[in-house]
Amino acid sequence: MNAVLRPVSKARKRRDLAMRASLGLATALALVPLVLVLGYVAKRGLGAWSWHFFSTDPTGSFLGDPGGIKSAILGTILMVALATAISVPVGVGVALYLTEYGKNSWFAKAVRYFVDVMTGVPSIVFGLFVFIVLILSGGVGGYAGWKGSVALSLLMLPVVTRSAEVVLLLVPHTLRESALALGSPRWRMIAKVVLPTALPGLVTGSLLAVARAAGETAPLLFTAAIVNGTSLNLGQRMNSLPVQIFTDVGQAQDRLVARAWGAALTLVVLVLLLTLVARYMSRRSRLT
Amino acid sequence: MTVSLSTHAETPLEQKRRFEHGGTTMAAGHRVSLKNLSAWYEDQHAVKGVDLDFEPNKVTAIIGPSGCGKSTLLRCINRMHEEIPGTRVEGEVLLDDQALYSDAVDVTAVRRAIGMVFQKPNPFPTMSIFDNVAAGPRLSGTKGGDLRERVERSLRSAALWDEVKDRLNQPGIGLSGGQQQRLCIARAISVEPEVVLMDEPASALDPASTLRIEELVEELKTRYTIVIVTHNMQQAARASDTTAFMLDGELIEAGPTEKIFTKPDDERTERYVSGKFG
Repeated sequence: MNAVLRPVSKARKRRDLAMRASLGLATALALVPLVLVLGYVAKRGLGAWSWHFFSTDPTGSFLGDPGGIKSAILGTILMVALATAISVPVGVGVALYLTEYGKNSWFAKAVRYFVDVMTGVPSIVFGLFVFIVLILSGGVGGYAGWKGSVALSLLMLPVVTRSAEVVLLLVPHTLRESALALGSPRWRMIAKVVLPTALPGLVTGSLLAVARAAGETAPLLFTAAIVNGTSLNLGQRMNSLPVQIFTDVGQAQDRLVARAWGAALTLVVLVLLLTLVARYMSRRSRLT
Repeated sequence: MTVSLSTHAETPLEQKRRFEHGGTTMAAGHRVSLKNLSAWYEDQHAVKGVDLDFEPNKVTAIIGPSGCGKSTLLRCINRMHEEIPGTRVEGEVLLDDQALYSDAVDVTAVRRAIGMVFQKPNPFPTMSIFDNVAAGPRLSGTKGGDLRERVERSLRSAALWDEVKDRLNQPGIGLSGGQQQRLCIARAISVEPEVVLMDEPASALDPASTLRIEELVEELKTRYTIVIVTHNMQQAARASDTTAFMLDGELIEAGPTEKIFTKPDDERTERYVSGKFG
């Protein structure tokens, strides 16, 4: 027998097979709820979809036509857009500070630690925080769309910051060095070399934060509140998809529960689209 | 002609004069002198009290085994060493008679006057061939002169113009390794520096590209003071006028390249150039 290429024992082959089988089984198990959720949402939701469903506001009337979810879709888009406009510049700014200036200073380490802590804060805490600071305090009026945006942006900030920092760290150090060696001031090196190189990754990270925020109910419940009609004014109460689902599901009428399923499917499709765009952008990225 | 390292911007006239002078005629080169230069990474003493002059319009090669401090020495000349956290420099670097580490000197002015080419070709990945070269004046804030003309002249000087003139808008990273490195040389000289530092510029390239870079170095020395770090002794012998040998952070010996390679004064230099260690 050749001593160099010793044959694999039967027991070892069996163990290999058993381990592979259990890993496959675990994967299949994890897929079961995912497929069930998506399938059930699609089955129940598609039934509610119609042109009328997307083009009318909830009527709020107990009898007759319950209306659609137009105000919820527009409200979600508007509030998430404002939240993105707040959290992306700030989050990318923090990440730039961490990677280009703070690096391993004690302050940068502290910031990084608190950003991590913020990632784990339950979303309802942000909602409560904004409720107490911006609504109960009474200084700036009652429920309003922009307050919902503030709560969402607090939720998005750590996600944007963390993903942006990872992407910025992927920008090769040699590019920074060659820009500096040309006599570039640090700010111009960042603006003309670091940011453009990292751009696709920054967009991807931000879109994932947007997708996360679009599905949040808790930060909006006590900030943007609930309303039926379409409002394009962020200074007023504003409807949103998650909150619409939340209220509809609690109703005793089947028609309203059906609307909740339709709204849920709409939300899933919106988030899916965003994720697809994010994946497309990251594939175009030159950083690996 | 003296190099302006002060923080104030050049007047357009000054700039034009410098630009034309550097671009079209053989310039009187500039001398770089190291006076008792030491450099540290944290506690590690990487360069130990080096005194060395780099002569104008000459190619000086710095050779030595890995970790001998030759790259660190090079990075002290354009003050890139200080970009790494925890580093320290003592002693002086003079460009003609201006101390580069003086408080009155702006670090970006130092780097405009002393260009650098790195070991691995590193064009900016988001930029076209044209923009990679134009990045020199754009990033350093050098204004004046026609940008297009400046890019063309830099590419010609880097012996790359004929190969890329029809595809200036294509990405710089689409070029071959050797072309990318010449693109980086074009980028470095587009700022019109006085001195060009090269950190093992051909070590990532194939033999043919290496030869082209060496020919280029020979041409560039008519206009610039060139310092080239290399671990390739044949390259030092072929491409340089002066050679400095470093070991463990110390400068062992410097002199005319022929002398260093044939009858060096120090026994360690002799052993290194004859391939007995390193």
